[in-house]
Amino acid sequence: MPEASKHGTLPFAITLDPGSSLANKTGSWRTEVPAYVDRLPPCNDACPAGENIQQWLHHAEESGYEAAWRQIMADNPFPAVMGRICYRPCETACNRAILDEPVGINSVERFLGDEAIKQGWAVSVDAPASGKHVLVVGAGPSGLSAAYHLRLLGHEVTVRDSCPEAGGMMRYGIPAYRLPRDVVDAEIQRIADLGVRFELNTTVADLRAELDAFDAVFLAVGAHVGRRADIPAGDSARILDAVSVLAQVEQGDQPLLGRRVAVYGGGNTAMDVARTARRLGATDAVVVYRRTRDRMPAHDIEVTEALEEGVRMRWLSTITYADAGRITIEKMKLDETGFPVPTGEFEDLEADSVVLALGQLSDLALVEGLDDVTITDHVVQVGAHLMTGHPGLFAGGDMVPSERTATVAIGHGKKAARNIDAWLRGTTDQRPPRHDLATYERLNTWYYSDAPATVRPRLDLARRVSTFDEVVGGLDASTALFEARRCMSCGNCLECDNCFSVCPDNAIIKLGGGKYEIDLDFCKGCGLCAAECPSGVIEMCPERL
Amino acid sequence: MERVRFYQIGSYAAGNRLLDGELQTVQSDTHRTNSLNSGHRACQGCGEALGARYALDAVMRATGNQMVAVNATGCLEVFSTPYPETAWQVPWLHSLFGNAPAVATGVAAALKAKGRTDVRVVGQGGDGGTVDIGLACLSGMFERNDDVLYICYDNGGYMNTGVQRSGATPHGAATTTTPAVGPQPGNDFGKGKNLPAIAMAHRIPYVATATVADLRDLEYKATRAMKFHGARYLHVLVPCPLGWRTASNETVKIARLATETGIFPVFEAEDGEVVAVSKIRRRLPVADYLQPQGRFAHLFGATPREDVIAKIQAEADRNVRVFGLTDPEVPVHGVVS
Amino acid sequence: MLKQIEGSRGVAEAVALSRPEVICAYPISPQTHIVEALSTLVKSGELAPCEFVNVESEFAAMSVAIGASAAGARAYTATASQGLLYMAEPLYNASGLGLPIVMTVANRAIGAPINIWNDHSDSMSQRDSGWIQLYAETNQEALDLHIQAFRIAEELSLPVMVCMDGFVLTHAVERVDVPEQGQVDAFLPPYEPRQVLDPEDPISIGAMVGPDAFTEVRYLAHDKQMQALDLIPAVAADFRAAFGRDSGGLVRPYRCEDAETVVVALGSVLGTIKDTVDELRDEGMSIGVLGLTSFRPFPLDAVRTALGGAQRVVVLERALAVGIGGIVAANVRMALSGISLHGYTVIAGLGGRAITKASLRRLFHEAAADKLEPLTFLDLDRDLVERELQRTRTTRRSGPAAENLLRDLGTRVG
Repeated sequence: MPEASKHGTLPFAITLDPGSSLANKTGSWRTEVPAYVDRLPPCNDACPAGENIQQWLHHAEESGYEAAWRQIMADNPFPAVMGRICYRPCETACNRAILDEPVGINSVERFLGDEAIKQGWAVSVDAPASGKHVLVVGAGPSGLSAAYHLRLLGHEVTVRDSCPEAGGMMRYGIPAYRLPRDVVDAEIQRIADLGVRFELNTTVADLRAELDAFDAVFLAVGAHVGRRADIPAGDSARILDAVSVLAQVEQGDQPLLGRRVAVYGGGNTAMDVARTARRLGATDAVVVYRRTRDRMPAHDIEVTEALEEGVRMRWLSTITYADAGRITIEKMKLDETGFPVPTGEFEDLEADSVVLALGQLSDLALVEGLDDVTITDHVVQVGAHLMTGHPGLFAGGDMVPSERTATVAIGHGKKAARNIDAWLRGTTDQRPPRHDLATYERLNTWYYSDAPATVRPRLDLARRVSTFDEVVGGLDASTALFEARRCMSCGNCLECDNCFSVCPDNAIIKLGGGKYEIDLDFCKGCGLCAAECPSGVIEMCPERL
Repeated sequence: MERVRFYQIGSYAAGNRLLDGELQTVQSDTHRTNSLNSGHRACQGCGEALGARYALDAVMRATGNQMVAVNATGCLEVFSTPYPETAWQVPWLHSLFGNAPAVATGVAAALKAKGRTDVRVVGQGGDGGTVDIGLACLSGMFERNDDVLYICYDNGGYMNTGVQRSGATPHGAATTTTPAVGPQPGNDFGKGKNLPAIAMAHRIPYVATATVADLRDLEYKATRAMKFHGARYLHVLVPCPLGWRTASNETVKIARLATETGIFPVFEAEDGEVVAVSKIRRRLPVADYLQPQGRFAHLFGATPREDVIAKIQAEADRNVRVFGLTDPEVPVHGVVS
Repeated sequence: MLKQIEGSRGVAEAVALSRPEVICAYPISPQTHIVEALSTLVKSGELAPCEFVNVESEFAAMSVAIGASAAGARAYTATASQGLLYMAEPLYNASGLGLPIVMTVANRAIGAPINIWNDHSDSMSQRDSGWIQLYAETNQEALDLHIQAFRIAEELSLPVMVCMDGFVLTHAVERVDVPEQGQVDAFLPPYEPRQVLDPEDPISIGAMVGPDAFTEVRYLAHDKQMQALDLIPAVAADFRAAFGRDSGGLVRPYRCEDAETVVVALGSVLGTIKDTVDELRDEGMSIGVLGLTSFRPFPLDAVRTALGGAQRVVVLERALAVGIGGIVAANVRMALSGISLHGYTVIAGLGGRAITKASLRRLFHEAAADKLEPLTFLDLDRDLVERELQRTRTTRRSGPAAENLLRDLGTRVG
């Protein structure tokens, strides 16, 4: 018989003291037990720069913009730049794309980056000085990223670049209408303010000497040499390469393109140069590409914006001959494997110049003297830790085998910095194993409010074809907040309290601060918490005796 | 509540760190009262246990814990108060299967006589105790406009006694007394009663329906009900994994499907007239609701009973039409989006 | 204050003086006059604070009383006959929960055939419901028993049924002494519940109890009634001290001390029996009468004391346990376990049939001569039932017995 009621005189058995059921531990019914897990959100998984996107969106959702920005800065020193030029693999991977449209991660990042510039937010070096000095060769995104992270890790850093200004392709490759230079300047200045030393207009000639002089060297020379094509051409044909054209424009020169410009190639650089040509006054800019639009390596948005600006496209075409004022193109067709084959049909087009945008190569002259550095297919081979065959010599960015985007380059910079740091300290950079991916099926999307993506404002078309003003506008605070809140927090608890609420047995303990715990005394293992978790952070596991 | 701007999970989830405190649900409160405490013996994933705690916790908050509950016999009573333990943390009285509304009337009368009208009375029971055996007492309580909120947790049958048919069992559903045999398997069409409509016919101040899938709506209604004096009726759909033959983790999902298909219209009525409805967010065919449930499995066998499904669809269509469940002109009560 | 009023009115005034806080009732003859009077007192504001709830059934009436009592209110209701049966389920529940509700049963027969007149079939059918049952002999006692009933109920936390003969008492206008409010207040303190639904101190009332404790719960219910065997006389003694008259108690022996024949009965028939006993005593018969005021708890010891010296006991009861005979008689026999005497059961006054002195004289003479059958139906029309029995023996579809009998009666009368 249980103890007498605290009320003493209550009728036996019929009348009971409140909440006495706590003596009945229903946890013994359980065959499955819920467990809180962290899963890798697809955005984070996809980010070449290794940003913890979900985490900074989480801060942004609460209007914690500075915290959000600092979270980005932990991985990437270029939020304002990336918020403009990143090709957003995060958004491609975003689970919300399956529900309606992906979260405008990139636009929020840009908002945060711009806000940081506006507010003058800065970072500081908190790590103790290591006494080591690292040379970074190349002031492009990869080199600057490496420099930034190395500096934060307490190392002295010198950055050398042969160009007059730092930025690499961010400055000399990407047109200003996509990436205004004041943004680039501001974010590079922030790196300089950390104490990174810049030596510009300086070419590294003797790498061996530098390897002796510095404790480690990171090579990030990029790929600035335009790939040539062997096009039969008359003597007066005007053939240029895209990287040079874009670099000239940046340096204030007016490349002589004429009124009719043919751009040969289908990548983003082709789009950049065609759109630049329009802004320089070309009445007719035509992109000649041997395959179809859907096979173009250029990102769709670039193609679309180019078309909006009056750039014409000649798909399924190759240039077979170029001469003064005209080119001959041959029409192509795709075979069953999708490979373009000639048709034997030719056509002449008027063109004052041909700009080749067929890809870029790296100038690897500086490593040619090092026997232990391997070059294959015009790129430097590196190991998993981005070190070349030469101890203490690391490389990243466009000069190593990888996708060539600024975001990848920034990711390389961070990775190189960590590995250089480890190497300098005689350790190895150890990353924790990645969590399982938070796939869409694991979510309960019912709980997310209906919200289509915010469309970023765009510059008026007339100004787009006549000026280098930035085409795509940013979000304001309210739209950035909206966009951040579209995040579904895949695989990470968003503190919705659903688990705490839907448990029929009150077997979830809410600890506060976004933490919950299963009360195993009472959890019957029904699985409602897991089923009704929007972000899929509860997993039912078999119970063990 | 006024409509506020976008908040990620808005009002769909129980809590939302982005919302102000007063817009949070009772259930998301770390210090919620847990009117029905842990250790009760409801089946895994019990919708009634969930619905009862949702409703009574909301009433507790609305009344500053000044409330008394009267319970009809049934699952809720049996699983909550087997000697020597009770899961209730509110003053609670169980008398019989068919008399909960009258007992509640008695409690209310006593409180009134004692000048304690600040203490509010909730009667509660399952659908059997409410629509069948308790209907006379319920109707009496309604008709006298006694100051009682009566909550029916509708799981569509006598689950405690082994899943027999009640007057609230849906058409076509198999129970142990409407088995899935013969040419017209399951519960007969043309039978059964609509208790919210019966309640409204009494012209009582407040009648509402809700489900365990929409916590905020349920809490809103339980709270709103306490703003009225007199007889009030809240009919809450609470899926039963045992009787519906669904997985224990599907309780909330099934309730959601009941509303999204239009099978279970969620609305509120004052003085016998509908004043607001919960709109269907993403309308689904009734088959989506029926198919996961074992009690409708006979409609989806090797030879699906499209004819029966069509009849059930027609009932859902009628709800959608009559209540304007997809009509943007029909008012909704204000909730955060 | 002496008043010449109807029995129902007297009860209503006694109930009102007891300051009930919730009264609920559903109309059924012959109880209606009581609650009509009470509803007027409440509606007019004379009885306040009090809630009068017009319920939709006796089932609801008892249920409302249960809720009210559990919430700490003094609760009262009244019923009769079919109404009592209709509330059978909550009746057991009220006693099982230990709720001190007081209810008047204006005793009336149970159908079919439907019959609105007096007998004790209704309350006797609920003798095992766990309620205390007190039977009033007179209107004065009915009035007094209600005041005592609240006190007994609340001291024990058990419901009490005050039984008074329908029409015979409820509708009889007699002189009664209606106490003053101050007197009643002094006798009956405000209700202090043993358990109450209180938000400041929540408890769960009405748990499900399984085999592990059910026997103990039932034993405790029985024990409470055993406690009532002491309490009921104590309250009656207090009542006598406060109000100066005998009312209540367990049993009421009359000229029993040396009686060879003792008649046992309950309710208003005791008056007629006493008159008859007086006459027979005058004629030299050694006869007495034992009135039972408390039927539940059944006062085994008191009955044994009163009857132990007799040579024969005649139990006259206004109810029939179909298939065996006496209900009261069986209880009396239990009190006399081990004592050798003649016992006779007499079923009398069913469905309002008058119990006349003439019939009683005849009956008691036969008893004194030990010529009575063990089970006797007083004034049974033998010819009538024989004809019906004959008919049912010969004809399969003989029709409803009651109507056949009426037809036969009609034939005979006409």
